[in-house]
Amino acid sequence: MSQKVMVNPRNSYGEALVELGKKNKNIVVLDADLSKSTKTIMFAKKYPERFFEMGIAEANMISTAAGLASCGKLPFVSTFAVFATGRVYDQIRMDIAYSNANVKIFATHGGISVGKDGASHQMIEDIALMRVMPNMTVLAPSDATQTGKIVHLMAEKFGPMYARIGRANAPLIYSKKDLEDLKIGKGIVVEDGSDITIVSTGTMVEPALDARKELLKEGIKARVIDMHTIKPLDVALIKKSCKDTNAIITAEEHSIVGGLGAAVAEILADNNINTKFIRMGVKDIFCESGEPSDLLEKYKLNTKYMVKNAKKLLS
Amino acid sequence: MSDFDEKEINELKLKAIKARKHIIEMLYQAKSGHPGGSLSAVDAIISLYFAHMNHNPKKPFWPDRDRFILSKGHAAPALYSVLAESGYFDVRELKKLRQINCMLQGHPVCKHIPGVEASTGSLGHGLSFGVGVALAGKLDKKDYRVYVMLGDGETNEGQVWEAAAVASHYKLDNLIAMIDRNYLQIDGKTEDVLRLEPVKDRWKAFGWKVFEIDGHNFSEILKTLNDATNIQNRPALIILNTIKGKGISFMENNVDFHGVPPNEMERNLAIEELTLAEKKLEEAI
Repeated sequence: MSQKVMVNPRNSYGEALVELGKKNKNIVVLDADLSKSTKTIMFAKKYPERFFEMGIAEANMISTAAGLASCGKLPFVSTFAVFATGRVYDQIRMDIAYSNANVKIFATHGGISVGKDGASHQMIEDIALMRVMPNMTVLAPSDATQTGKIVHLMAEKFGPMYARIGRANAPLIYSKKDLEDLKIGKGIVVEDGSDITIVSTGTMVEPALDARKELLKEGIKARVIDMHTIKPLDVALIKKSCKDTNAIITAEEHSIVGGLGAAVAEILADNNINTKFIRMGVKDIFCESGEPSDLLEKYKLNTKYMVKNAKKLLS
Repeated sequence: MSDFDEKEINELKLKAIKARKHIIEMLYQAKSGHPGGSLSAVDAIISLYFAHMNHNPKKPFWPDRDRFILSKGHAAPALYSVLAESGYFDVRELKKLRQINCMLQGHPVCKHIPGVEASTGSLGHGLSFGVGVALAGKLDKKDYRVYVMLGDGETNEGQVWEAAAVASHYKLDNLIAMIDRNYLQIDGKTEDVLRLEPVKDRWKAFGWKVFEIDGHNFSEILKTLNDATNIQNRPALIILNTIKGKGISFMENNVDFHGVPPNEMERNLAIEELTLAEKKLEEAI
């Protein structure tokens, strides 16, 4: 097995901001004392006059971004996923979503693979919180290449958007060329298969690709979808996969309540689709401190459990 | 004492009576809404739109306009009546406040209602929004000013103090906040619900230039707006000492009219009082 190339998506975010900053003078960036972690510091160094350090005051940061957007600026707002959503739900609701403001919230440190900081910092509800918000687009890029591309797409399209990535380095899945046609709202069939579909998002795409390889050894052909856009969801691709394959697994580093799995379940129910189905995610509980790999094992969110679940569904 | 033309002040007074009539009618028709805080805030809003701000009702998105943000969104009737009288939209819309399929929502919504800059109603957001507008103004080297009106009870919200700190940190001298200091909030007196005093010292400690005036005295309001506009290197706050329910005898300082509209009898009485005041003023002019 070839060695995986590990790149941190957070660096791609920082680099993409710098590229955008050069192209578009209206790009402004706001951070709440975490610019070294979110990598907005890369933009801050290059364009200090367009970077606003807002201190540890996230509520104000979100509403301030909306004010900037009302004057034609294109704000990217960053902090950890837990502070970027739950802490400021009302500010996002009023000033960004209800106001249909052109603000891009880009959160890092989503999911349980944040690791040792523990449940206080492991955001597993953000996708759900942002998904119920009218007008909001919800994104979860899966690797560094896709992160960079998605940041550019966010800037091109008007409207409130939320994107989350994890903390850790992530294996590269794509080349830039692979993603030339990437579109918000269009899922990617990364690898095709006819037996089962794994609909994965963010940090779960790579484990799903590994699960596919494992399953192939046993003659099971899995389709792996990278559902980088959770809202608006690619309903057509989900429906097609229900037809083309015999079972669906969803995988996300998020609660099974309200996230990608829930969104897919809604499609199945709404369309009377009777298919075998498992939602993989955190089971409506708070997790704990630990090494990311140990946490993903304990909370059954890795390749091993994807393989197990696939076999269970197809048996 | 007035630096302003008496005629101009009298015109503002007449406009304020007219706006109060609108407020009473709107709330009576809507059968819901907030009279008290609308009536206390309206004189300052009148002053801004008719005698101070640089704005053009025909071009609500003119990039160089001064902005007014009503952070205490429940005073929407005051804002709507002034916007309508300024020409942002048809005055006939006012009576359709809070009705289904109509433009005027219970609380202000930007983009949907001409002249409304920010969607408010959840308290504590407006000053932060204003900080964003002020930062954009600095970045673009524009001369516009941002005026934000907060309720006094609203400053219970922690976000207000986040914004106060940030505005001062960034030396936003293009940002002018106003507190409608009517001393009442839903559950009672502001000092009983959650003590606000010393209001002046708190804001001073945050680095703001603070003015305190009679929020129903037009010449004081206009003079202070001018002074506040000329402050350099820091944001300014104007504490408007006001009377909740101002202008309607039985609503003044009566917390029961915070969020309860007038019934038919109360509406008739209120309109009668306002008409009388209007007549008196016209005779005096």
